[in-house]
Amino acid sequence: MIKIEKRNDVPMALYFFTPFIAIILTILGGGIIFYILGFNPIEALKFYFITPISNLYGLSELLLKATPLCLIAIGLSFCFKSNNWNIGAEGQLTFGAIVGGGVALLFYNQEGFYILPLVILAGAIGGMIFALIPAILKTYFNTNEILVSLMLVYVSKLLLDYLVVGPWSNPEGFNFPETRQFSDSSRMPLLFEGLRIHAGIFLALAAVMLSWFILYKTYLGFQIKVSGLSLKTAKYAGFKGKTMILVVFMISGACAGLAGVGEITGPIGQLHRMISPDYGFTAIIVAFLGRLNPFGIIFASLVVALTYLGAETAQIFLQIPKYTGQVFQGMILFFLLASDYLLFFKVKILNLKKNELRH
Amino acid sequence: MSLDISFIGILIGSIMASSVPLILAASGELITERSGVLNLGVEGMMIIGAISGFALMVITDNLFIAIVGSMLSGVIISLIFGFLTQSLLTNHVATGLALTIFGIGLSAMLGKNFVGIPGKEFPILFSSLRESIPFFGPILFGHSIVLYFAFALPFLTNYFLKKTKLGLVVRAVGDSPVSASNQGINVILVRYCCILYGGAMCGLAGAYLSLIYTPQWIENMTAGRGWIALALVVFATWSPIKVLIGALIFGGITILQLHMQAIGFRIPVQFLSALPYLMTIIVLVVISRDSRKIKLNTPTSLGRIFYKEK
Repeated sequence: MIKIEKRNDVPMALYFFTPFIAIILTILGGGIIFYILGFNPIEALKFYFITPISNLYGLSELLLKATPLCLIAIGLSFCFKSNNWNIGAEGQLTFGAIVGGGVALLFYNQEGFYILPLVILAGAIGGMIFALIPAILKTYFNTNEILVSLMLVYVSKLLLDYLVVGPWSNPEGFNFPETRQFSDSSRMPLLFEGLRIHAGIFLALAAVMLSWFILYKTYLGFQIKVSGLSLKTAKYAGFKGKTMILVVFMISGACAGLAGVGEITGPIGQLHRMISPDYGFTAIIVAFLGRLNPFGIIFASLVVALTYLGAETAQIFLQIPKYTGQVFQGMILFFLLASDYLLFFKVKILNLKKNELRH
Repeated sequence: MSLDISFIGILIGSIMASSVPLILAASGELITERSGVLNLGVEGMMIIGAISGFALMVITDNLFIAIVGSMLSGVIISLIFGFLTQSLLTNHVATGLALTIFGIGLSAMLGKNFVGIPGKEFPILFSSLRESIPFFGPILFGHSIVLYFAFALPFLTNYFLKKTKLGLVVRAVGDSPVSASNQGINVILVRYCCILYGGAMCGLAGAYLSLIYTPQWIENMTAGRGWIALALVVFATWSPIKVLIGALIFGGITILQLHMQAIGFRIPVQFLSALPYLMTIIVLVVISRDSRKIKLNTPTSLGRIFYKEK
């Protein structure tokens, strides 16, 4: 007989161990799907998870994709920890890229050491402002932040579309939906010759350190954690809830904006329609998989970046659509959420004898 | 371009056709949300419905099986969401997002061999009346049976929620799961049923796209309609009749931008496309500011996990 009991405390070891269970189950699940589709599962999984990172170029690509995911997820961890459901990071990324890209386009024919910092700052501010919309509506109009932040994703994408087709499109670009190339002074410096990995990775690492400091060493971090655990306690302690909501959204938006600006000043070098393969949504998975812990998020961003990379490799070698990366991303989150059940409930297998049952 | 009366009739007919997937998906999601469950997986369930419907049509050459199959596939995929949120008590928002991401990926994987295959003509009803009656002909006649069903659905949903005992049960579960449970209602079972029903309607909405509206399979062909349907439920403040009106407005905007492009109108199409989202935000602000208005139809326990100690 199986008995299920609610746990009083969440065991911390299990809390950080279940993400690994989720990853293993996802790989198994992926193998089963490949088998059903008629591929050799071992070979397909090898193309997915081993081949992409078996050379220096692949490792650089992995870090390149992990950078925006890590940045956004770090920002989201502030929101999620305090029970604010910002799921519009993709929109904040896009708006940050629009503002940062706008500044870069102002300086398209100029050089100067001051340009890149300006572009980066503009991107962070852009993301911050865009994240303030759901935050202000939530604090002053009691509006649901999930729906508002989600709706704004599409608004920002359409704005970007309008800009690159219309007023910002490259005058010498034969009507392609893209802007001019940014000047070299607006581009992130590359770390190694011939690889795409750029200085944006230091932004992500700085965000990790800073977020660890804020969350675990400051009063604000304490407020955020208490509000996440119990809103009533936070109110009783006299925390200013409204200010905190605005602050966590601003942090989250700034991080997403930085991620956006890192993409356009890094590998892309201009604005066009497809500046992000839904990094803003995928980062939600990263934040969960990393358990909202700054160092957990580094690990999770690498794992999820590998699903992007694996999908591209599998597309080349197995001719399957690169959307399959999303199958893995979805499965990771499914299994992670499911394994959380073990955190909150104890599953006991009882061996009762017949006469014991009678009593 | 002449704006004669028959052209307007055809225009209205095409607006109706473009609003069908929105009506179906939003009506399904409305029932799910009225039971207190927020399923953000609408886009994922729709795209799974689209590929299953199209694949079954190609394999079986039977449109009836294709339509029923698409609904069944919607049920199956929503069962994942139901099991996670109801039995394993996972967070609704995260699970729904995972469902959408998973669904888009899986549909592309399943649809790999169906890209570029031409669709089959879906039978339309009363096609002779469509031609013979000016203005009203293209509005009322010459549509697929799915369109007629979609336009009846909001009224059926309204009747179900307001006039039937089961509808009352659904509303009770959404507004106060604890009291409903104390009344002897199996909250989890009701929510499971509402989730699966929502899945079936989203599957049908997807099949409408791949079998009737643009009869072919294209990767990611739902193109954000699932999110618009989700917005629509809020826009309609959880009232089925307003879902119908909202779907016609949102569908109208889609058709309008096609025509505006054609006649070279000055407003950028992107602003028109952004309107449904902006209107939804405005409606949200208006209803949320006034606590009486938000209480009217909003399921009080929306998105909250219900757990009963056994």
